[in-house]
Amino acid sequence: MSAEQSLPNVAPRPARRGALAQAWQRVLAMFVKEFIQLRRDRPTFAMIVGIPLIQLMLFGYAINTDPKHLPTAVLTSDDSPIARALIGALRATDYFDIKYVTRGEADADKLILSNKAQFVIQIPPDFSRQLVRGEKPALLLIADASDPVAASGAIAAALGAANQALDRELIGPLASLSQNAAPYEIRVHRRYNPAGETRRNIVPGLIGTILTMTMLMYTAMSVTREIERGTMEALLAMPILPVEIMLGKIAPYVVVGAVQMATILIVASLLFQVPVVGSLFTLSSLTLLFIIANLSVGYTFSTVAVNQLQAMQLTFFFFLPSMLLSGFLFPFYGMPKWAQYVGEFLPLTHYLRIVRSVMLKGSTFGDLFVDAGALAAFALVAMSIAVMRFRQTLD
Amino acid sequence: MSVESDIAIDVRGLTKSFGAKKVVDNFTLQVARGNIQGFLGPNGSGKTTTIRMLCGLLTPDSGEGRCLGYDIRRQQEEIKRYVGYMTQGFSLYRDLTIRENLEFVARVYGLEAPEDAAQGALERLGLVARAEQLAGELSGGWKQRLSLGACILPGPSLLLLDEPTAGVDPKARRDFWDEIHHLATQGLTVLVSTHYMDEAERCHQIAYIANGRLLASGTIPAIIAGAHLSTWVVTGEGLDSLGSELKYQPGVDMVARFGAALHVGGRDEAAMARVAQRYSAEGVHRWKRDEPTLEDVFIDLMTRAGADQ
Repeated sequence: MSAEQSLPNVAPRPARRGALAQAWQRVLAMFVKEFIQLRRDRPTFAMIVGIPLIQLMLFGYAINTDPKHLPTAVLTSDDSPIARALIGALRATDYFDIKYVTRGEADADKLILSNKAQFVIQIPPDFSRQLVRGEKPALLLIADASDPVAASGAIAAALGAANQALDRELIGPLASLSQNAAPYEIRVHRRYNPAGETRRNIVPGLIGTILTMTMLMYTAMSVTREIERGTMEALLAMPILPVEIMLGKIAPYVVVGAVQMATILIVASLLFQVPVVGSLFTLSSLTLLFIIANLSVGYTFSTVAVNQLQAMQLTFFFFLPSMLLSGFLFPFYGMPKWAQYVGEFLPLTHYLRIVRSVMLKGSTFGDLFVDAGALAAFALVAMSIAVMRFRQTLD
Repeated sequence: MSVESDIAIDVRGLTKSFGAKKVVDNFTLQVARGNIQGFLGPNGSGKTTTIRMLCGLLTPDSGEGRCLGYDIRRQQEEIKRYVGYMTQGFSLYRDLTIRENLEFVARVYGLEAPEDAAQGALERLGLVARAEQLAGELSGGWKQRLSLGACILPGPSLLLLDEPTAGVDPKARRDFWDEIHHLATQGLTVLVSTHYMDEAERCHQIAYIANGRLLASGTIPAIIAGAHLSTWVVTGEGLDSLGSELKYQPGVDMVARFGAALHVGGRDEAAMARVAQRYSAEGVHRWKRDEPTLEDVFIDLMTRAGADQ
């Protein structure tokens, strides 16, 4: 302040606030500025609600975890009423759309290999005879489990339907066969993917995926945009610290992220009937943490990239593994070890565990502190890198 | 600090290279408080780089100095606080209104009541009616006015203006310079880079830089005297062909066309006089000895700087 005292002939300087108040005010300045810019940027503004809605609709409906009317072939040489009743019961589940009836095993294989049929129901030649004799014959359900999600619902339905399928046929002398469990067993062969995971929660996962994409995009361009528009030079010549610029630039998008989260949750419960079993507070606060982690990563990209195009490319470079290795598209524990290790370094991986656990299992903070801690660590590391990377000069 | 309190800019030996190219080479300058310092030189001569070093946006490779008593290498924070820097291009936010831009600046500088400060600036600038207009929609002259307004809003002690009047009409330029003088009388120090000679003549002091090196500095009379240029003004027919012929005459250092006259100058007074005598004897042109203008001196400096390269 000594300089100020030695300037007696300078016009009265406007009063300034205290040091801490000034720091807060600088963050606020940035926040207000960014918010106004966001509001004026119509396409971006429209995307705030548009992207989550469109993506949720697309993914939510397109990725149906419980598909029905799956093409099915029946492999049988048994034409008895019992066999027909069984097939009728399977058809009645709505899962099986019986398109082919064949007698040859090779034909059935071919139908599966050429993706014409997703299931082959094999009724052994002497099925009826063995059943009547009480020998508990086996019905073979061959499933193309290369898409385990698609197969699992149908398999479960088949197992359920089979129990009641023959109630009407097994009357008179055969009534004793229907008293306890089904008089036959269904053996399921999950082909191509014997350990296929069935539990899939696309909608909760979508919250994480959508937020990753939008949050990264918003901040990834915020610094490069200042450089490209020529406003960075003036900003650097002002007494504002890199950390203040960063906080001021991230903060508006925390609000945006909260709006997106609310949009997705409302749509998820209205259209997809996905409940929130756990506490909404836990879910919201951990989601905010995830939003901040993503914004920080995006902002870091922004300080690394030379122009907006490069920032965009970095975003996709990060987004793709997030989709693939986080457990969103493939079961996390079904991935090879190395992919799991990579996955552990993606915020989405931890968030998926959080969001699925809270929404579907009702997990609490205590159950999730490891993943929450990972998200916080992400945000902190990314912010530190960003502040260090931010160049305060034009050197 | 107290010893130099009357000197706003005091830098010695500033040098800056980008890659192999030395953009600023051993630049030394002192500017007294309340002075308007003109900063001239051809495009790419290192003016912008020098200004950026003064306000802490670039770190000099070597050399040292102080702005307002603050070390330009170590006290950038303080410098940013009390130095207003107006960049060459428009660098306020085009998608913010005039008022929003001013409020942003007021907040960043930690002013109390930033809204009031912005309102005050709008009134001073005569921009109240346009306050809600987007800054990007303003004409060149208004943009420049707004930029200057944003620069002086936080009450700086030193203004660094990088070609503020480029692309601005004459009336707006005149108003701008009236404002600069008004600020200087209030005690502000102003360093302004420009290409316009009439603007240079409104400065208290001038520094001329070419190829990164300071070629002349001081008051206008001092610079003209220091150039030791004897100048002749030639009028008559066929000045263009005469000009190209004179360029190669021994003793002639500078030839420049000014409207209907040719300015011919040389540092060797006797040699120059011989040239004048010989050509005026031909009787085609009128040769008249005159005081060199500032522009004559600059053209001479520029010619010499070009020859050095």
